[in-house]
Amino acid sequence: MKPGRFEYLRAAGVAEAVRALVEAGGDGKLLAGGQSLVPLLSMRLSRPAVVVDINRIPDLAGIDGTDGTAPSVLRVGAMTRHAALVEQRSHPLLAEAARWIGHAAIRSRGTLGGSLAHADPAAELPAVAVATGAVAHVTGPDGERTVAADGLFDGPLMTALQEYEVLTAVDLPVPSRWGFAELARRHGDFALVLAVVAEVDGRWRIAVGGVAGTPQRLACAEALLNGDGATPAEVAEAAATEVRPGSDVHAPARYRQAITGELVRRALARADAEVMS
Amino acid sequence: MKVGMTVNGVGEQVDVEPRRTLADALREDLALTGTHLGCEHGVCGACTVLVDGQPVRACLMFAVQAEGASVVTVEGLAGVDGTLHPLQRAFSEHHGLQCGFCTSGMLMSALHLLRTEPNPGRERVREELAGNLCRCTGYAGIIDAVVAAAAELGTTLREP
Repeated sequence: MKPGRFEYLRAAGVAEAVRALVEAGGDGKLLAGGQSLVPLLSMRLSRPAVVVDINRIPDLAGIDGTDGTAPSVLRVGAMTRHAALVEQRSHPLLAEAARWIGHAAIRSRGTLGGSLAHADPAAELPAVAVATGAVAHVTGPDGERTVAADGLFDGPLMTALQEYEVLTAVDLPVPSRWGFAELARRHGDFALVLAVVAEVDGRWRIAVGGVAGTPQRLACAEALLNGDGATPAEVAEAAATEVRPGSDVHAPARYRQAITGELVRRALARADAEVMS
Repeated sequence: MKVGMTVNGVGEQVDVEPRRTLADALREDLALTGTHLGCEHGVCGACTVLVDGQPVRACLMFAVQAEGASVVTVEGLAGVDGTLHPLQRAFSEHHGLQCGFCTSGMLMSALHLLRTEPNPGRERVREELAGNLCRCTGYAGIIDAVVAAAAELGTTLREP
């Protein structure tokens, strides 16, 4: 369980990181918090020739919009650690979701950008990004661009990020009401299923993780929730009907489907209690 | 690559390949074998050390990334005269270890917990130590030990 040889480059800036990726010609890998990449390197499932460490790039970590005013959108640097997400007070949904990630020794290293770029379908932060309509800021050889969270995730561990691009920051709308619910076998494990509900600009959005290759928006359940008169139980039932999870050693499809409904119900109950000032 | 770091208060320099994990550098290059390696992919918590005061899995960080950092390992817990740290003593008194393989990671996770939450309840201790796997003692003694150490230490643990 030792990583193969690689060349190590500690990038001083985003431009240098992009240049290093280009020079590596597709055989380079960005090292953020390392909580997913280093196991892959150790198991030699990933064997990049060049590892570009972006941990020491100034300005990649940090949270804007925490000056006391209540921001409607929080800009969070890609290298912001999960522990810092837990501690910030401007985006309570983000703090709650980050609290569910791994353990203290994982949250002290793992990063928001790393979690989104890694794109585990059962991870907390990708689902929060989708549920809130987040926007990712990306820098590549041709300059900067933005990618909406709805179009960021292509499949398990696959994103719309191009080979030479660096995710630099994420704009996360702060929902006026929100709920988060997760079921995992053990505390700190990846979720079997997790559900996020968020009211942004007066519209409810629902995203669930662990039921598909990417975080999944639930259009039917959202339509019910945004319409008149649907009860939380009806929304939850629609959610369970809408997902088509697979079976694996952790849970059969029907169980995942059933708990999707239950977790959406719990997230909605939580949302009612979490009316923010 | 040459890497300079402070380990248990002492300035150290190692010359390592970039692929050398911090855990291996501590064990192989600095002969600090108190940090154990169980799974080597971030699951078991045996290699937990403090880096700049934060708990990290030393198998998920490369030594070159610790350049300039302050690392505390289990060897840094006891006094220079060998006096056990109150947490170590509590583990001994409450049967918090049997084979001892997970103990250094348990101690470092518990140290961080008690520094950030001097008075955690039993449930919080269970929650926080869920990231450290033990295969023999059975956890109950470990939790007893941390709770006892917390009671003994009160607020004195918050010193660096």
